[in-house]
Amino acid sequence: MLLDTSPPVSADTPIGITLTINGQRRELQVAPWTTLLDLLRERLDLTGTKKGCDHGQCGACTVLVNGTRVNACLTLAVMKDGAEITTVEGLASLGERKGSNALHPIQEAFIEHDAFQCGYCTPGQLCSAVGMMGEGHAHSRDEIREAMSGNICRCGAYTNIVDAIEDVMQHGAAR
Amino acid sequence: MATQISPASGTDRHVGSPRSRVDGPAKVTGLAKYAAEFTAEGLVHGYIVTSTIARGTVTAIDTAAARAVPGVVKVLTHDNRPDMSEDPKSYQDMVGPPGVPYRPLLDANVLFSGQPVAVVLAEDFETARYAASLVKVTYKAETPKTDIDALLGEAYEPPKKRDGIKPPPEPWGDADGAYAKAPIQLRQQYRMANEHHNPMEPHATTVVVEEGGTFTVYDKIQGVANTQQYLTGAFGLKPEQVRVLNPYLGGGFGGGLRPQFQAFLAMLAARDLNRSVRIVLTREQMWSFTYRAEAVQTVSLGADRDGTLQALRHDAVHGTSHYEDYQENIVNWSGTLYACDNVKLTYKLAKIDTATPGDMRAPGAVSGLFALESAMDELAQDLGKDPIELRLINYTDREPIEDKPFGSKALKACFTQGAERFGWAKRTPQPRSMREGRELVGWGVASGIWEALMMPSKVRAVLTGDGKLELGNSTGDIGTGTYTILTQIGADSLGLSMEDVTTKLGDTSLAEAPVAGGSWTAASSGTAAMKACREIAAQVFVLARQMDDSPLANADFERVVFTGGRIALADDPSRSVAITDAMKAGGFDRIEVVGEAGPDSDFAKEFECFTHQAVFVEVKVDEELGQVRVTRVVSAIAAGKILNPKTARSQIIGATVMGIGSALHEESMLDHRLGRFMNRNLGEYHVPAHADIHDLDVIFVDEEDKANPLGVKGVGEIGIVGTAAAIANAVHHATGKRVRDMPITVEKLL
Repeated sequence: MLLDTSPPVSADTPIGITLTINGQRRELQVAPWTTLLDLLRERLDLTGTKKGCDHGQCGACTVLVNGTRVNACLTLAVMKDGAEITTVEGLASLGERKGSNALHPIQEAFIEHDAFQCGYCTPGQLCSAVGMMGEGHAHSRDEIREAMSGNICRCGAYTNIVDAIEDVMQHGAAR
Repeated sequence: MATQISPASGTDRHVGSPRSRVDGPAKVTGLAKYAAEFTAEGLVHGYIVTSTIARGTVTAIDTAAARAVPGVVKVLTHDNRPDMSEDPKSYQDMVGPPGVPYRPLLDANVLFSGQPVAVVLAEDFETARYAASLVKVTYKAETPKTDIDALLGEAYEPPKKRDGIKPPPEPWGDADGAYAKAPIQLRQQYRMANEHHNPMEPHATTVVVEEGGTFTVYDKIQGVANTQQYLTGAFGLKPEQVRVLNPYLGGGFGGGLRPQFQAFLAMLAARDLNRSVRIVLTREQMWSFTYRAEAVQTVSLGADRDGTLQALRHDAVHGTSHYEDYQENIVNWSGTLYACDNVKLTYKLAKIDTATPGDMRAPGAVSGLFALESAMDELAQDLGKDPIELRLINYTDREPIEDKPFGSKALKACFTQGAERFGWAKRTPQPRSMREGRELVGWGVASGIWEALMMPSKVRAVLTGDGKLELGNSTGDIGTGTYTILTQIGADSLGLSMEDVTTKLGDTSLAEAPVAGGSWTAASSGTAAMKACREIAAQVFVLARQMDDSPLANADFERVVFTGGRIALADDPSRSVAITDAMKAGGFDRIEVVGEAGPDSDFAKEFECFTHQAVFVEVKVDEELGQVRVTRVVSAIAAGKILNPKTARSQIIGATVMGIGSALHEESMLDHRLGRFMNRNLGEYHVPAHADIHDLDVIFVDEEDKANPLGVKGVGEIGIVGTAAAIANAVHHATGKRVRDMPITVEKLL
C-alpha cells in the first residue's frame, strides 16, 4: 500500500479550534503554522506573553497550558485545541483572592522583592514560577534555581526572583 | 533652598529610601507595552533577509518565489528600493562614532555577515517569514578578515576621535626605562571574547502612518530623541513629522543606544507602501549589529619589592568595522586608578569585517579593568603581598591623568567594608590552600572604576489644580528605575505622595533628554526634575503667600517646607496652606515648568568624577570537571548618594550577573573562514541562568559628592567593572591556574 504523504492541510489554511484563554472561551480559525505565542501576541492582542528567542531557549513566552508551564513559541496553537491557557494577563484570577482586582501573590512578591528590571522576561518568570510551585518538586533555593533555569533574565534579577518565589512558597497569600 | 527637598518629617522622605518600582504593576500584569506590541489598522509585517557572506557583493536577488506567496505585499531590495539619501551625514545618530554609517539597502556591497539584503513585507508574520525563506541571493564573495590576531600589525591610532571618549593621555615619566630597571616585572597579554548584549527583547520598530505625512514610531531605543534624529535625517523629514515613543525597553545594556537597521527599513517600507509596518529582529539577527568587540591587551607592571609601582604600561588593540572607527576607553583607567611616576597608555584599532561594535555595559572598563586588575593580582602573588594591600600601597587621592583631586573617592572604605562583610581576613593566601569536599575554593578581589557623568537634560514638570504632579522627558527607563527615582524626587520636592506623581518617559513630545547610557541618567534627569519642581514650588509658594489671610503671609521661601501636600512654616508646621488651595486661590489649574540640568563646569575644572567598586568573589571549582561556580559575591560600591537603595541594589546585582557571564560563559565565536559569528542563539551563547547565580551581596558605601545638587554619581555600570577580574583572581587562588582570556571555560582549567 502506498502511503499518502500529502499533508492533510496546507500550513496557511486555517482550521477551527477552541481555547479557553484566561477563563474566556474562544473559537478561533488558526493556521497550522501559527504558534500559540504568535496567536496570543499577533491575533488576540495578549502581548503580555513575550517573544525573546522563538526557539524555546529563553522562557520569555512561558504560559500555563492546563496548569502546566510550556514555551508558547514551541507550541503550535492547533495542537492545543480544547486547552485552558493562562497568560500573565490572567494570573491575577488564579490568585487566592480570586474575583477581586488584587494581584496574584507571586505578582505582589515580584514587586516587593524587585524581581525584575526591564520587565521583558517577567511574564514568563511569573508563569513559570506558578507552574513550578504547582509541580511541587522545588523546596530549597537550589531547587528553585534549578527548576527556574529555563527562564533567562538578562537584567540579572535572579536572586530577587528566588527571594520572591521563596516568599510565596513560605507565606503564600498570607504574605 | 535645600530645605525644599527635605520635608519636615524625615520618615516621609522618598529620596534615599527603598521604594518599589512605580512601573511594577504594569510589568507584572503584562500591560507594559514594548516596541513590537503597538499595532495599527492594516499593519504590514516585515521580515529581513540577511547576507550569508561577510564581504563582497550581491550579484543577483531572485524574489519571484517570495512575491508569488499569497499575502506578500512587496519585497524590497537594493535594486527596487525607493530613493534614499546616499549622504552619510544624513545617517548620523547622536552617539555614532566617526566614519560612514551603515546605510541599509543602499547598494550591492556587503560589509558584514548578517547584513540586510532584502525585506519581505506581508499581511501577516508567518507569511513574511516563509516568503523570506524563498528569496534567493547570489553573491560574489571576497575573503573576510575577522581574526584580530592576524591584523595586529595593521593596527592604527584612530585619526578622528570619538565624541566623549578621551584618547590616551601623553605618557609621563619613562615607562619603558623604569620597567627595565624595576626589580619586579610583570608583562602579560589579556583578552576577553566578543560579547553580544542579548537583551531579552529583540530589536523591533513599529512605524504607524498617520494623517498628513506624519508618523508615530515605536522603536526599541535607549533614548527616542536619537531615533527621531536618525529617521528625520535619513528621510529628510521634520521633527514634527516623526514622533518616536518607547515607554518600555526590554533591556538595553548599550545595545539600544544607536538606532538599528530595522528602524530604517520599517520607515522605508512604510513610506513606500503608505501603510504601517512592523519589523522585529529574530534572536539570530541580534548578532548582526553592535557588540563588545574583543581587545588584545598587554599590561606591563614594574614594581619595587615593597610593591610601589614604578612603571605601568597598558596597550590595547581593539576591533572595529571597516566603515566606522568605534572607540572605547580601555587603557586610561590604568592611569587613573593607581599612582605611578612612569606611565604609558596606547590604544589602537584594527579593522575587521563585522558590523561596527558598540557600547556594552561599562564599555572599555570591563575589558580594561579585567586586564589591569588581573595583572595587579599577579603582581601581588609575585610579591607575596595581599592583593588589597598592594592596591592600597599604590592608592591615589589625586586623579593622575588630569592631576586634579577626585570629587569623592571612597574606594578605601569599599575595601574595608567589603573585606569585613566577605570575611577576607580568613583567606589563606597560597593558591590551592582552601578546599571544601571535592571542590577547590578560591577567594579573589578586584577594584572597579567608572566615570560619574552628567549630560544636558530637560524635564518637564506639570502641577495641576488637583495637586497631582507629572514629570516627563524623552530618555528611556531601560530597567534601571528612572520612572521610580524621578517620581521620588518629584514627590519629595513638593511634599506629595508618590501616588500623586506620574512620570512619563520615552516620548519625543516630552522634554528633550539624551539616550539612557553612561550611568548619567539619574544625575542628569534627576537634577533637571529637581530644578523643575523647585521652580514650581517657588511659584506655588507665591500663590500661597498672596492668599487672603494667608498663614504664610510674611513667610520667607527659605523657611517653608513642602509636606503632606501642604506648604508649612519650618518652625511652626501648624501654619500651612494646601497646595491645591494655593492654586485655586491664585486661579491656576496648572503650572508647567521645564527644568534643565547639565554638567557643572566649575566643579569639573577643579575635580575629577568617578564611581568606585571593590568586589570580592568566592568560587568553587570541581577540579575533575573544570567546572567553576561563583558561590558568593560581595560588591562594595562608592557612587555618591543612592536615591533608591532597592532599585540601585538591583543595578549592582544585575551587573554582577553580567560580569559572571563575561568571566565564565559569554563568547560569540567567529568562524574566520566565513567571517561569521557561529553561535547565534541563546542555547550556544550562554548567558547566566538561575542555576548559575548564588549569593550576591551589595554594600553602598557612604560617599558625599558635590558634582550635582543630588550628590548622585550613577550606578548602572560600576557593578560589572571589576567582577570578571575578581572571578579570574579567585579561580587562580582556587586552582593555581591563571587564565588570561575570558571566558574561563572548562577546557582552560583541565
